[in-house]
Amino acid sequence: METSKVIHAIYNDDDVLMDAVKKVKAERYHIEEIYTPFPVHGLDKAMGLAPTRIAIASFIYGLVGLSVAIIMMNFIMIKDWPQNIGGKPSFSYIENMPAFVPIMFELTVFFAAHLMVITFYLRSRMWPFKKSENPDPRTTDDHFLMEIAVDGNEDELTNLLKESGAVEINLVDKAH
Amino acid sequence: MYTFSNKLRTFSFALIILGLLGVGYGFMTSHKSLEEVKMMLAEEASEHGGGHAEATTHTVVEGTHGTTSHEANVEEAHHGDEHAEHVQHQLANRPWSALYVAAFFFMMISLGILAFYAIQIAAQAGWSPVLFRVMEGMTAYLLPGALIVIAIAVASGTIGHYNLFVWMDPEVVADDKLIQGKSGWLNLPWFTIRGLIFVAGWSLYRHFSRKFSIAQDTAEDKSNFKKAFRISAAFLVFFIYTESMMSWDWIMSVDPHWFSTLFGWYVFASMFVSGITVLALITIYLKSRNYLEFVNENHLHDVAKFMFAFSIFWTYLWFSQFMLIWYSNIPEEVTYFVTRFGDYKLPFLGMVVMNFVFPILMLMNADFKRVPWFVVMTGLVILAGHYIDIFNMIMPATVGDRWFIGIPEISSVLLFAGLFILVVFTALTKAPLLVKGYPFRKESEHFHY
Repeated sequence: METSKVIHAIYNDDDVLMDAVKKVKAERYHIEEIYTPFPVHGLDKAMGLAPTRIAIASFIYGLVGLSVAIIMMNFIMIKDWPQNIGGKPSFSYIENMPAFVPIMFELTVFFAAHLMVITFYLRSRMWPFKKSENPDPRTTDDHFLMEIAVDGNEDELTNLLKESGAVEINLVDKAH
Repeated sequence: MYTFSNKLRTFSFALIILGLLGVGYGFMTSHKSLEEVKMMLAEEASEHGGGHAEATTHTVVEGTHGTTSHEANVEEAHHGDEHAEHVQHQLANRPWSALYVAAFFFMMISLGILAFYAIQIAAQAGWSPVLFRVMEGMTAYLLPGALIVIAIAVASGTIGHYNLFVWMDPEVVADDKLIQGKSGWLNLPWFTIRGLIFVAGWSLYRHFSRKFSIAQDTAEDKSNFKKAFRISAAFLVFFIYTESMMSWDWIMSVDPHWFSTLFGWYVFASMFVSGITVLALITIYLKSRNYLEFVNENHLHDVAKFMFAFSIFWTYLWFSQFMLIWYSNIPEEVTYFVTRFGDYKLPFLGMVVMNFVFPILMLMNADFKRVPWFVVMTGLVILAGHYIDIFNMIMPATVGDRWFIGIPEISSVLLFAGLFILVVFTALTKAPLLVKGYPFRKESEHFHY
């Protein structure tokens, strides 16, 4: 196995964590994962993760929602059961369009938001009743955990992490 | 310290002179005799194959304009005379309206940014203090700009021939029950006094906040900051009431029969987004001249986010106002949109593209908000769109279907743009471009997205 042993360095401040990440990256160590109780702004950039594409996905979902709204309102209000909207029985989609704009807006937001969350769960491999991958429950409260692969260099790595302000450093064997 | 470059100063003078010439030309050529108007109408009628289209648009306009109403099938000659007189009046209104729209547009940029500045201080925002001096420079135009707006409005009802506000015309009021009912509010002395109260309140806030801001640069304690914080909060309360009343007075009352309860908010959205856009443009200009070295793309990003967000906010209010009136379809309300869809289709719908579709697509991407030339290009479109927004608020009531964006309109914009540049950049030279002693200065300098 490639990385059976990892070091878990635990921090208790997000600013300290950010500086530590920069230091560790500068020394060219590979950070496997970081667990934080809340999103830390700029952490993805500092870790050198590829930029997220969820914004593009969300834009497309929004367009899908908009199209669904347009087609749905056309079917419901114009085609299937023509409605007299606001005392203007024109039965024309384009002339009644202002009445549908709030629905278009709502469905755009609805689709973008819900599909984005679902996409996020799928990409993060999360589903209901899944067992937590979180190595330390304190990272759901007030601690930050950095996981670094060890490759026969634990002493230098431990020193580096201590210098960077870690409050606790554990060597963990992942190959159970 | 910023020094006003000679090139820019000369440019602003050139704009003012060019603008004055054009405005003068507009006024000189706007007075047509009744015979000339009749000739013009006859020519148009023959071009359009009969005056049918003319008559339909005309009936729509006159309702809002307060001229005595007449049936379509009254005596032909008499109708022709009255119609020609009406058109003659509309032609005479055009340079006044063009001047007023441009004056209001540049005033609202200043007023919008004053509110933005007050919000930044009252919210104790950490990102924006590096831009405070640019905002303070921009608000220097508020006092002259707002006085000019009031002066044009008052002049149109005194030395002019009631070219902007029909309720200023005693003859119109005499036959108009609705305006008579509103004359306790809509009369020239009270209109002027109200305007002066609004301007006095805004200018007092601007004067003291600027004073405290400069005093804080060299102060040892934070007392000036605390005072600025307190007056900013008080100003915002004053502002939201007076801004609303100002928009009823200075804009909505050009159609004295019509009213909209969210009009103040709608004008506010326009003023806010225009102000923030000009803030972005001036910041980028100053950076390109190697000033504001402490401002970076993170600050630009946040300003552009505001441009994006308030473009959407504007659209939300524009649409809310439109949809409720369209849906209920009550005649006295819906005339407002009938004129705009009838005679102003291109500017009215074009404005939605410029103020909504364009910014939403251009500024949605986070990376684009950090690119100066991109923000400049989008900003210019947004500004043009909001000029057209004000144009659409005033023109249908004053010039009806006789609108065009020609020499009077463009010259008026040039005139006030020149004045705006002159006043704002002169104010920028008066103080260092960084608020040295402001408590959140450091946070702002290190602001990072």
